[in-house]
Amino acid sequence: MNCYKILLLGISAAAAFSGCKMKTTETAVSGDAASKVYVAPGKYDEFYNFVSGGFSGQVSVYGLPSGRLLRVIPAFSQNPENGYGYNEETKPMLQTSQGFIPWDDQHHLALSQTNGEHDGRWIFANANNTPRVARIDLKTFKTTEILELPNSGGNHSSPFITENTEYVIAGTRFAVPIADKEAAINNESFKANFKSTVSFIGVNQQTGQMGVSFQVILPGMDLDLSRAGKGPSHGWFFFSTYNTEQASTLLEVNASQKDKDFIVAVNWKKAEEYIKAGKGTKMATQYYRNTYNEETHSATSELLKEVLTLDPTVIKDFVYMIPCPKSPHGCDVDPTGEYIVGSGKLAALIPVFSFQKFTQAIQNKTFEGDYYGIPVIKYEAALHGEVQKPGLGPLHTEFDGKGNAYTSMFLSSEIVKWNIKDLKVLDRVPTYYSIGHLMVPGGDTKKPYGKYVVAYNKITKDRYLPTGPELSQSAQLYSIEGDKMQLLLDYPTIGEPHYAQAIAADKIKNQSVKFFDINKNKHPFVALGEKNTKVVRSGNRVDVYMTAIRSHLTPDNIEGVELGDEVYFHVTNLEQDWDIPHGFAIKHADNAELLVMPGETNTLKFVPKKAGVYPFYCTDFCSALHQEMQGYLRVSPKGAGVPLKWRTGEPEAKTEK
Amino acid sequence: MKKMTVWARISAVLVIACVAMLWLFPMWRIDLAASQYPEGISMQIWINDIKGDVDIINGLNHYIGMRTIHKADFREFVYLPIALAGIGIMGLVTLLWNRRSGYYIWTACFLVLAFVSMYDFWKWEYDYGHNLNPEAPIKVPGMAYQPPLIGYKKMLNFHALSQPDIGGWFFIAAGIILVGTCLYEWKRSKKKLA
Repeated sequence: MNCYKILLLGISAAAAFSGCKMKTTETAVSGDAASKVYVAPGKYDEFYNFVSGGFSGQVSVYGLPSGRLLRVIPAFSQNPENGYGYNEETKPMLQTSQGFIPWDDQHHLALSQTNGEHDGRWIFANANNTPRVARIDLKTFKTTEILELPNSGGNHSSPFITENTEYVIAGTRFAVPIADKEAAINNESFKANFKSTVSFIGVNQQTGQMGVSFQVILPGMDLDLSRAGKGPSHGWFFFSTYNTEQASTLLEVNASQKDKDFIVAVNWKKAEEYIKAGKGTKMATQYYRNTYNEETHSATSELLKEVLTLDPTVIKDFVYMIPCPKSPHGCDVDPTGEYIVGSGKLAALIPVFSFQKFTQAIQNKTFEGDYYGIPVIKYEAALHGEVQKPGLGPLHTEFDGKGNAYTSMFLSSEIVKWNIKDLKVLDRVPTYYSIGHLMVPGGDTKKPYGKYVVAYNKITKDRYLPTGPELSQSAQLYSIEGDKMQLLLDYPTIGEPHYAQAIAADKIKNQSVKFFDINKNKHPFVALGEKNTKVVRSGNRVDVYMTAIRSHLTPDNIEGVELGDEVYFHVTNLEQDWDIPHGFAIKHADNAELLVMPGETNTLKFVPKKAGVYPFYCTDFCSALHQEMQGYLRVSPKGAGVPLKWRTGEPEAKTEK
Repeated sequence: MKKMTVWARISAVLVIACVAMLWLFPMWRIDLAASQYPEGISMQIWINDIKGDVDIINGLNHYIGMRTIHKADFREFVYLPIALAGIGIMGLVTLLWNRRSGYYIWTACFLVLAFVSMYDFWKWEYDYGHNLNPEAPIKVPGMAYQPPLIGYKKMLNFHALSQPDIGGWFFIAAGIILVGTCLYEWKRSKKKLA
């Protein structure tokens, strides 16, 4: 009997012991999280959250705190959903010095600023692969300009912005031979021929038009992220670097050798003075600027042929290097503009630099040497202090405006909150999983809204219902209102989110355009009213001036097109009311469909490959009789001699006069 | 010939002012609402114009085959300002002539104009609501789309509310002042006789 009792005791003890479990993710959500992110049907979110689309090449817009996807804005990738990059009007947006490039890798976003605060005019987006910067108009949520960047090997360190939108920055991730040259790929050649460039893109404050004001040509290294100074440090730009070892192969190992890489500090006010004094060097090169016009509803491409360059190894006193441990990624300036946080991906600490100490070090020439003639400040001379044991793999830091910083930790998959002044770690929360960037609404400005921090993660694994090997990326929303961060929401994202921006809804929602005034439509192929619809042949080109209104297309019967013709459907949406788009699709179109907003004209090029009758129809469920919004195009064999004629409803078809 | 009281003279000035308001404010409004139009659709009728979301209403009405509404179709927009100006001038004449009988005649003219206008408005509504294109895409047997003369009505998925706008309320106020003053004058004259 006793033996049994002892055995039973032993089993129950073992059971009790195995009852202790690892902390699971379910336990991380507590209390009233749901009510804090619940936005009732019909109610609006508090913030617009613009999120980079990564390899999707697009920009997505979410509402916060609900995490609802509001829209995907096509920027660098073609979008068959609305014809962006497929229709004749927007094809020029994707023009580059090497032709039409219909995709990209979109990493970072910057909302325009005035006095160091988001002003709701534009948002800028970088293309990491084929170096470009896009400007999205926040009245229409359309990409209205794309500027290509010469002398860049991948536009990663971009599009960070100065406090009055004076400049949007574009720093190259890859050092490359500049002036469109080629060179041998080895360490000697890298040192001799490979350069890193930083483009200062000037922004016209009225039109928003971008142009490369000047480029700073740095010695070969890889620029990662960057931030403009603000307040006292306004006039400076800071860039994190890696591979200052200057390796061209196996960077994983070879770019991780040095104990410290650099934060490059560029005094752009001084650079402006040098440019004004005529010290810039003109360099011949080729790059495109593509601009979308709201009145013609069409984009045009413009080839630009030179840039002004400044070489800091020759022109002195405007570029300095600050040593920063282990291949820094983030390089973030706090809301006061005094502290610069470097986040060494492989470092066991986070260095915080003081702008005041940095400028003093320059004055006192407290240098520890130089890098290709550029002074390197003594690490300690610029250092405010180090955050000890913050976590593993610090990547990026944002701020709440209350003296706290939030750093993402990729390896330990967490957000760490710490105090900027005393550098003490205050709190940490896990992320699911492997956080990259994080974002506090307004966290990069002089006046963060605080309230939330959002983690953008690389790995989702078991977070959502499995969807085969390919899974979505994710975001997690945390409240930062209390002393402790609180997980509120976890939601999947489109593409791979890198950096994001968020702005109070009030700063944008009332300026949102509802439809385009048709009286201002200056599209060369607009049909202003059904009376002006027609079909015109010139050679083998056939232009169809078509209109769409609930619920018919005019014309909807077209005959006289022959094999070998190129047909251009110019569809004008005659509606003048909110949310009444019309679509246009034709059978066997090998490009895309059109989605035409009220008052807009879009053009679909259609080259039939066989004779036959091709149905076409409206693709956007516009009205009760949407399904009836359809028609036919007759394509006859070449030389059939069928006269060109068209109609909608009339018994007699119209013919060409 | 009996002279007007002080009140009647003041009231005449008020009535003229109220009528003048019709040049500053719309006289009538029709509001439409449907689940797809949470922001609402509204049409304002002025003495010489029709404003608001007329294009949107025309776009919607083509489904039921209603004729499109155009300012140029209404000759009232020429006659009504003239008639109202006439009422105003009559008021001035009444004021100068300063005879009670003048005031009665003025009020009668005003009321005739008011009733004729409302009848005319109803006739237009009847016309738009009933004379539908037989080839309309949407035909509901027995359904007419005459908006209410005044008040609320549901037509298919739309709620319609028809009511005076600011100018209309001034016009109504003018009518009340006129009729009220007539009664007051008439009672006073009776008392004096007695």
